[in-house]
Amino acid sequence: MDLALDIGTWFLLLTGSFFLIITGLGLLRLPDLYTRIHAGGMADTLATLLIFVGLALQSGFSLVTVKLAFVVIFIFFTSPTASYALAQASFVAGLKPRLDGFGDSEDNKTSDDLGKGRD
Amino acid sequence: MRTASLFLVLLAVWLLLSGIYTPLLIGFGVVSCALVAFIARRMDVADREGHPIHLGPRIITYWFWLVVEIIKANVDVAKCVLMPKTYLRPSMFTTKATQKSDLGKVIYANSITLTPGTVTVDLDDDVVLVHALTTGSADGVKSGEMDRRVTELMREA
Repeated sequence: MDLALDIGTWFLLLTGSFFLIITGLGLLRLPDLYTRIHAGGMADTLATLLIFVGLALQSGFSLVTVKLAFVVIFIFFTSPTASYALAQASFVAGLKPRLDGFGDSEDNKTSDDLGKGRD
Repeated sequence: MRTASLFLVLLAVWLLLSGIYTPLLIGFGVVSCALVAFIARRMDVADREGHPIHLGPRIITYWFWLVVEIIKANVDVAKCVLMPKTYLRPSMFTTKATQKSDLGKVIYANSITLTPGTVTVDLDDDVVLVHALTTGSADGVKSGEMDRRVTELMREA
């Protein structure tokens, strides 16, 4: 039983960390601010959920589990608000999302984009 | 009525977070929860928006559905990050929110943002401006299932 729990925890923690790595990769790789917000959203949702469920398996059925659940719930309430604030602020400031020409150029056009946003 | 339920919810949270159950500390907890409930009543913030207890068990069902959607969307975004040439098709479009109350609209807009691959950029009256990462995530919002479910949750047709 303990072994099964440990295996489950390891699986969940590793999957969560995998999604965190993809988040980091996405933050560097995607072309503009709006697409990068999507990448950041992964760390806030599934990665957090997997890691906290993995930790909850280790803590068993106790008050600690309840506290972990509260943390997840609070993150799920606050993170979309933060993402919205970021997207809304950049939209109001006049940063236009790039909607074309992605198919052939995934190389960094980001410095250009940031320059355009500041004009 | 709503003040009483706010007091009970606060007390439940306090008991779960405290973990030390001596008469003195529980007494402090009860007193502070009652004080907060009283102040919330005086400030008139324990209304349908500030303490939406009337959603009841339906919100739990909705959360489970939302978590499943989030998991699916995460796999989509992960694929998009790993293979941007194939999947990256950003788009921006507007969609309608059919909820009547501000709370319903906020739940809908935040659910869109919480699902990776779609972000609410602007919410103006009942028009939601959405930025989507892939065609799949854009179609997910356009299909209107989430909108229908939130409207059902709020009991506002």
